[in-house]
Amino acid sequence: MGQTVVEKILARNIGVQAVKPGDIVTVNVDRVMLDDIMIPFIVDKFHEMGFEKVWDPDKVVLIYDHLVPASQQDDTRHYRVGDEFVEECGLTHVHRSDGICHQLMTEAGYVKPGDIVFGTDSHTTTYGCVGAFSTGIGYTEMAAILGTGTLWVKVPETIRVVIDGKLPEGVMSKDIILRLIGDLGADGATYRALEFAGTTVEEMSVASRMTMANMAIEAGAKCAVFTPDEKTMEYCEQSRENYGGCGAQESLMSLEQVQKDLMGDPDAVYYQTITYQAEDFQPVMACPSQVDNICNVSQLEGITVDQVFIGSCTNGRLEDLQAAASVLEGKKVAPFVKLIVTPASRKVYEDALACGALQTLMRAGAIITHPGCGLCCGRTGGILSDGERVVATNNRNFLGRMGTSKVEIYLASPMTAAACAAAGKITAAKG
Amino acid sequence: MEQFTGRVWVLGDDIDTDIIIPTEYLAMKTIDDMKKYGFSPLRPELASQIKPGDMIVAGKNFGCGSSREQAPEVVKALGIRCVIAKSFARIFFRNAINNGLLLIEQPDLYDDVEEGDTITVTVNQDVNHKGRQYPIAALPENLVEIIEAGGLVKAMRRRNGLD
Repeated sequence: MGQTVVEKILARNIGVQAVKPGDIVTVNVDRVMLDDIMIPFIVDKFHEMGFEKVWDPDKVVLIYDHLVPASQQDDTRHYRVGDEFVEECGLTHVHRSDGICHQLMTEAGYVKPGDIVFGTDSHTTTYGCVGAFSTGIGYTEMAAILGTGTLWVKVPETIRVVIDGKLPEGVMSKDIILRLIGDLGADGATYRALEFAGTTVEEMSVASRMTMANMAIEAGAKCAVFTPDEKTMEYCEQSRENYGGCGAQESLMSLEQVQKDLMGDPDAVYYQTITYQAEDFQPVMACPSQVDNICNVSQLEGITVDQVFIGSCTNGRLEDLQAAASVLEGKKVAPFVKLIVTPASRKVYEDALACGALQTLMRAGAIITHPGCGLCCGRTGGILSDGERVVATNNRNFLGRMGTSKVEIYLASPMTAAACAAAGKITAAKG
Repeated sequence: MEQFTGRVWVLGDDIDTDIIIPTEYLAMKTIDDMKKYGFSPLRPELASQIKPGDMIVAGKNFGCGSSREQAPEVVKALGIRCVIAKSFARIFFRNAINNGLLLIEQPDLYDDVEEGDTITVTVNQDVNHKGRQYPIAALPENLVEIIEAGGLVKAMRRRNGLD
């Protein structure tokens, strides 16, 4: 019987010919990501368990992102506990102000095809963009991995999503994943893996794939994978040079090896296959307050907007800022709208400066903030209050996510968000 | 092979974590304070009827919903020896194992069993109900170790020679 991509990654990791959905396997962890919110809890559990050293400090990445810079006095305690743990365990991969964890894990080369990665954040599914198996876990399990280097995983069934054709102008990968979440429902992929395929996906940049893998969790999925291809390998090669080469400890597999070891088999067994034609997609939004409450932008046209947020691990990358800049080139943000732009990382910030995208956005009236989670986790600049409405490019529009519970959050692509900022009301970008 | 016998409570499909322990009780100080509200939206009397060693048999997707780790802790604190369901939601599954609560996936038992029946579970082998054997997949040794130790923190302490 053939194997899916996820089954191949898991089987390869544990050194067996094949695994099947439902099998419980103990995997050897290739990387872990610890974030600043969870670090005090992880450290407590680690000590309670009686561990004195981390199994392999090279495989541990600690990233301060949700709480940087501190917005409440207590936040700095998290840095202190983290820094003490770094000292205690000899950790070397620590990013204290470089940007969002998921952006850095991929952009600094910490994840590569075939890896198995866990993180203490639910959007750890992002690393499937390079063909890694990655998912979020709790802090007790993270503490156990730090001590042992292993974790048990139940092999998930795979839902295959095939998208063929060319996306219409003004439609981005965000519109695809929002549509899919709407079609599956917020629990439609619970426990399962999503595997993306088709000519549309093949044409996509790794950054666009990241947006889709990132939001797989919003349909309940355990993970989401894209089969590694030439673009993946090129992206991984480049990433290994970023941030001083901090992520490049182990050699990359060759493309030939990846295609031999990690491609899904033609006779792989899928739980379900869903097919889309790219030409059928249009700009959509997730309306308040469920991520699967999807409407076409054309149905929402004219609803007024108080603020627009472009950023996050979902849509704060260079291509997102460039797409927003292309919409706002030579235009001004509506006078009553605050447009907040938060690059996902230090490198994205630098690159967006170098190519002029940030200047374009600034001239249009945007407020450019430091890289990080920013407004997405509702802690820093741009918090909204009762009756206000925001169009945002992040991943969750839950009640109270970006301010009070009476804030309306509409999730959209960077192009749509930019068009809304200029118009002061909901509208799609003109192609 | 570890074996135990007990009385069965039968619940349905999609028993979510809000049924297992509603949000309004989550902030209570201890699991013991919370446990009397276990399953209260569905069956308010159930928590007081469950006796230590009883088992729950349920349909598909047991434990769906939020990630609240209080849910498996309440089930365990009520004295439930194990939950046997057609399937479990993934976060609940992990949280349960890490808290030392045994979960068993078995596709057919739910359709045949009635509340109040007595069943015998042979861990990693089968469930015996009225003379019929329902096979169960063996759990990997490390998961059995976690459950037997009473949870992941304790299992790690044992591994590290502390308890």
